Amino acid sequence: MTMSDVIQNINRAFQPTGPLVKIKSQALADFNKYGIPTVKHEEWKYTRVSGLLQVPFAIQAENDIEPELLQQYLLPCSKDGYLINFENGKFASSALSIEGVTILPLAEANQSDFSALVDMHLGRSGKYHPDGINAMNTAFAEFGAFLFVKKGQKVDKPVYINYISDNRSVPTLSMPRMFVYISQGAEIEIVEHFISLGTQDCFTNQITEVVVEQDAVVNHYKIQNEGPFASQVSTTHFTQIGKSLTNATTISLSGNVLRNNLNMVMEAEHGESHMYGLYLLDGKTHCDNHTIVDNVMPHCFSNELYKGIMDGESTGVFNGKIFVRKDAQKTNAYQSNKNVLLTDMASANTKPQLEIYADDVKCSHGCTIGKLDEEALFYLRARGISERNAKSLLLHAFAVDILENIKSEPLRAYVDQLISERLEFNF
Amino acid sequence: MLKITGLHASIEEKQILRGINLEIKPGEVHAIMGPNGSGKSTLASVLAGRAQYEVTGGTVDFMGKDLLDMSPEDRAREGVFLAFQYPVEIPGVSTTNFIKTAVNETRKYRGLEPLDAVSFLKTMKEKMKLVNIDQSLLSRSLNEGFSGGEKKRNEIFQMAMLEPKLAILDETDSGLDIDALRIVANGVNQYRNKDNAFLLVTHYQRLLDYIVPDFVHVLYNGRIVKSGTKELAMELEERGYDFIKNELAVSEGA
Repeated sequence: MTMSDVIQNINRAFQPTGPLVKIKSQALADFNKYGIPTVKHEEWKYTRVSGLLQVPFAIQAENDIEPELLQQYLLPCSKDGYLINFENGKFASSALSIEGVTILPLAEANQSDFSALVDMHLGRSGKYHPDGINAMNTAFAEFGAFLFVKKGQKVDKPVYINYISDNRSVPTLSMPRMFVYISQGAEIEIVEHFISLGTQDCFTNQITEVVVEQDAVVNHYKIQNEGPFASQVSTTHFTQIGKSLTNATTISLSGNVLRNNLNMVMEAEHGESHMYGLYLLDGKTHCDNHTIVDNVMPHCFSNELYKGIMDGESTGVFNGKIFVRKDAQKTNAYQSNKNVLLTDMASANTKPQLEIYADDVKCSHGCTIGKLDEEALFYLRARGISERNAKSLLLHAFAVDILENIKSEPLRAYVDQLISERLEFNF
Repeated sequence: MLKITGLHASIEEKQILRGINLEIKPGEVHAIMGPNGSGKSTLASVLAGRAQYEVTGGTVDFMGKDLLDMSPEDRAREGVFLAFQYPVEIPGVSTTNFIKTAVNETRKYRGLEPLDAVSFLKTMKEKMKLVNIDQSLLSRSLNEGFSGGEKKRNEIFQMAMLEPKLAILDETDSGLDIDALRIVANGVNQYRNKDNAFLLVTHYQRLLDYIVPDFVHVLYNGRIVKSGTKELAMELEERGYDFIKNELAVSEGA
């Protein structure tokens, strides 16, 4: 299968109808113009997606997923939350009722009272990702969903968004799309989780765009823990249009190729955002975290801390961009990336990129790539702790400060358990 | 209990220990003194199993077993404890969890059931008194942000929790003020009994005012060049290490 076959297949699957046709058609034109990024593309230097797409995928495939089967794949803690499911890229939940929250198919939202919001904000991540991947998703936006939280509403339980691929019989290409609007003073916790049911290749090209108004608080989590045949490009794009607080935590535990784009656009003064990431990789998993903080307005604060543990032949990539536009005086932007390599075959690439056009700002960045501290390991072993447990203790200690940022107690406990199991902690 | 015979060790091709012979019996306290660079800390490290050192000759028998053949954790479980000169700060590992893991892994090795939460806490409370250590310190990350004195007290506390047969104290007195030194020494003295033994590695005689040794050995250039009782330590304090060097020069010249 060639690249032009892939492009043809996307064009064939495209439906030039419906309420979102204008933005979709533009996106398809962009897709055809940009094509699929190769490693020659600066932003895709370390992450090869073109080969992954050269598979005879069923695109946004029809499916019939038995609820009992799906049940086994949900995060155990999600039973205490609200569930939104996407099946093969299509919004599949209809009967969800949350106080103060409206959930609609995106195509419907575009014809409702919310159409002005959709027109204004949908697709804003495209500016930051001028590539065929972002455009490809937008070309299928009609399958997406819109989530609106009304003014002052504090959503009582976390909302779990599950992106489910039914790759049991055929390889699947899915393009789920979320547009979330958090009104003034509202609060919400959102957990995005990827599920695949089979062992055929599956590729999920997902975008969530979140607009955050004044005094709103968003806690966002992403959990990636799939088999070695599942790949993702997962884009989360926040626009803070009022002074607000956004926390985003990305936990990547397994999969084939995982590319996470996390953008924070600080369009209002005194915005605050925290970005945390933990990638705990083994086998041949490749995980690439690209973050962008775009300080447009003055007095914003952002902090990011990404930590990676690479075992086996895995690869971790961190690319952290910080823009400080010329009006964004008094910006505080901090960034740190720390990596531990457990084998000689594992690798880490880390690149901070600061573009600062204002003169009164505080920005810092730092990165480390190393092995476990030998002296610490010896100290633990000299107290009778086995080498394996000593390593587990140190790695857990390394990872734990990321988990501390997960506000939802059941989710934090669950992720902690996953990590402890992975680290084979054994008294 | 411990019998070191002809021990040679090097680090990065550099020979540090050049034939150490030393025997320690239950109930004894031995002090190893010597000028900087004489190999004191190397000896402590080699006994505890620090990987950077290569043993190039000799044997170490601990309670009838070949100590040098064991992993660091097995040496600890067999009853060898090293109080570190520079205890390591480990953020994210709580002191209490660390000690509990260490105690229970050691108990498992010795064929004992793990301590349940209640008896572990009870034992901890008891041993905390030994070195005047505070509960709040133990709920913090291991050694993180501890003062020098707190770190050394924590070492002695760990010793008391793990109940070793042989405790090696590597410059435990360094960096301690007189009050902290007293607390640490007091902890050691309370733990001392007829069945266990101590090897104190120190540069100064000061510690030996508080923990009185049965034997004092002077290490110089990778060998024990003089052994005696606590009076030898006094003499060293008075005359400095030069007198040993001079004596050696004279005897080697003759």
